[in-house]
Amino acid sequence: MSATSTANAPAFVAKTKGGRITDFVDQRVGGSGILREFGRKVFPDHWSFMFGEVALYSFVILLLSGTFLTFFFDPSMAETHYDGSYTPLKNVEMSVAYSSSLDISFDVRGGLFMRQVHHWAALLFVASVSVHMLRVFFTGAFRKPRELNWVVGGVLLILSMAAGFTGYSLPDDLLSGNGLRIIDGVIKSIPVIGTYISFFLFGGEFPGTVIISRLYMLHILLVPALILLMIVIHLFMVVVHKHTQYPGPGRNDGNVVGYPLGPVYAAKAGGFFFIVFGVVALMAAFFTINPIWNYGPYDPSPVSAGTQPDWYIGWVDGALRLMPGVIGDFHFEYVIFGQVLTLNVLLPALVPAGLVFTALFMYPWIERWITKDDREHHVLDRPRNAPTRTAIGMAGFTFYCVMWAAASSDLIATHFHVALNDVTYWLRALFFIGPVIAFIVTKRVALALQRKDREIALHGRETGRIVRLPHGEFIEVHAPLDDYKRYKLVGFESPVPLPAVPNEHGVVTRKEKRRAALSRFFFEDRVAPASPAELEAAHGHHGQHEVESAEAQKTLSH
Amino acid sequence: MKALSQKRRHPLAAIALLLMGLLLTGGLYAVATTVNEAKASTTSFSANDTEEGGKLFAANCATCHGMGASGTKDGPSLVGVGAAAVDFQVGTGRMPMQMNGPQAYKKPAQFNDEQTHQLSAYVASLGPGPSIPEEGLLDAQGNAAEGGELFRVNCAMCHNAAAAGGALTRGKFAPALADVSEKHIYEAMVTGPQNMPVFNDANVTPEGKRDIITFLKQIEANGSPGGADLGALGPVSEGLFVWIAGLGVIIAFTIWLTSRTS
Repeated sequence: MSATSTANAPAFVAKTKGGRITDFVDQRVGGSGILREFGRKVFPDHWSFMFGEVALYSFVILLLSGTFLTFFFDPSMAETHYDGSYTPLKNVEMSVAYSSSLDISFDVRGGLFMRQVHHWAALLFVASVSVHMLRVFFTGAFRKPRELNWVVGGVLLILSMAAGFTGYSLPDDLLSGNGLRIIDGVIKSIPVIGTYISFFLFGGEFPGTVIISRLYMLHILLVPALILLMIVIHLFMVVVHKHTQYPGPGRNDGNVVGYPLGPVYAAKAGGFFFIVFGVVALMAAFFTINPIWNYGPYDPSPVSAGTQPDWYIGWVDGALRLMPGVIGDFHFEYVIFGQVLTLNVLLPALVPAGLVFTALFMYPWIERWITKDDREHHVLDRPRNAPTRTAIGMAGFTFYCVMWAAASSDLIATHFHVALNDVTYWLRALFFIGPVIAFIVTKRVALALQRKDREIALHGRETGRIVRLPHGEFIEVHAPLDDYKRYKLVGFESPVPLPAVPNEHGVVTRKEKRRAALSRFFFEDRVAPASPAELEAAHGHHGQHEVESAEAQKTLSH
Repeated sequence: MKALSQKRRHPLAAIALLLMGLLLTGGLYAVATTVNEAKASTTSFSANDTEEGGKLFAANCATCHGMGASGTKDGPSLVGVGAAAVDFQVGTGRMPMQMNGPQAYKKPAQFNDEQTHQLSAYVASLGPGPSIPEEGLLDAQGNAAEGGELFRVNCAMCHNAAAAGGALTRGKFAPALADVSEKHIYEAMVTGPQNMPVFNDANVTPEGKRDIITFLKQIEANGSPGGADLGALGPVSEGLFVWIAGLGVIIAFTIWLTSRTS
């Protein structure tokens, strides 16, 4: 017995004390194995790959600054009279929540700075999540095997909006109270169950006395926990799938070209965290955000001009603003069995958002169905090399931006000295035709860029050098590209339209015909990359040799 | 009494009764309306002011407002608008109007203080109307907190809670209130210029108006405790700032961080 246990004893004994401690820990947690696995993870380098990181770091900043705020914030809606140091609100009746938010702003050391850090980081968080999603969409990174991770990302976007909205309402100031009132109105417009949900949520008639504490619990407990869970799943899948990369020489779907996590990326990412923190801290130090003391305590009667939600809710607010109350004699309010159905609240609040999120979640499967592409993709598309996808993305983006602009229609009117009504009419028109225009323009631009790429790949770069040949002809000298640059211009996939094929019973189903039609719509006007044969053929006749021989003759004649 | 009861069937009795009734209601109405109306203090205007004002009016204003300020199709009658209205409109440069449009824009005043005073005197002489407020109401020494509540309830829906201004329908707007003098704020409240409603002394007491002015002057003097206020326009300018400046700087850093490779 004693002999075997001696044999199992570790032969290795570290020389230094530090080494022995490290060895002790490593034998128990297996850290070196984890480090070996993760430290060798390779990440490709590109600035557009860093928005997810920005989102993650913003979230960490939110957790840190939010924890500070919880020390001083009291989510009670009990009535009190303000007794802090901001004189324009002295003795004003308000909720404890608003009073404690004012105390954080004016009487807690560093409180205003931390509030502003928290709020700026929140805006940056949702912004970086959005830009990250746009990057993923336009480069086609959502394709197999990453469809599910795209869905997780979409859920994260919704959760980040939920986190933002629940937090925005907490100070119980006039601005956020107005926002909450709109939400209450939207909920109440849901047929039959709307009023019940509203009463359940607010613990009675709006505003009630419980909504702030309920939102607070959601904001600090449930929503961040769900976000954290989704981040873990998201990052786990990134590790499993490995990172995508832009096309380039030596890069294919079977490899990842870049630097290892340790030490290069660990250092870069660690430093980048502090850069993001620094940028947020500078913004918080020098720029006011959400000056709640300007808005005053919430009271259901006053509504301030220029009331908007934070930017990420703006598009939904904009849709509400765009909806006409009546069109001519046609109205949108009905009474059915004693129940009022207000379509002019229900439609704009739910339909555009429903459309955007449904399209967003479905898109990977839609494209997969149309292209019948079941291969794994680790090399990204340049947006121009997937013209139809890029155009669809821009159409959706324009749709979003029109609603987004509508949320600030009053400020557009006052600041550009135009009539509010005209702004609304234009935006209503753009709501329908904007996406169509964006689709057409984007597709044409993408195709034109592809043609330009093809031209450069075949004939080289225009140098601006005009040479006159001995027989009098003028030509412009084109400089041939080096192989690395040419690879980028020709090394992409260009799917062709897939015609409808019969199924196993020999029948071309209607669904298959629809798929074929969509496939044509996607790829019929594609610009094919220059093939090796074309490159070979193009090499002979763009004047290069003639110029060279002419110059050679000139040297001879001297 | 007997004579009265004997004459109650006289043919003129009904007419006399009607006349008495009309006189009574009319008289009561006149008393009731003048209670709310700021008194026209013609006391501070001399006859010379009125006369000079009349000349200025005929030369500069009568084109639209008509001779004797009786109004034309291009401009309303000014009889009874009071000295406060003239002092506000001319003193802030809104009148003479730069161009026709949904609303007169503020611009550098075209008349000096004396001329404005003379014009006010002339218009005030045409009929009783709100007078130029007394100094005591313009000292901005009232209760800012009370003023803030009044402002949020009565003014914020057009002028914004932070007095940053807001849009109205068809090109009309409520201007931002920073840098507006105490006197002009008060006059705007009692005369309701452009598209603004009148807040007479029954709606908001003179003391309440003084509180509102105190509130406005105090938030203006306080500045922005949190740093640059980005126009005090709320979430729109904040969103714009985070997208352009915040993300812009971060993108610059990401490009720098990844520039040393490939």
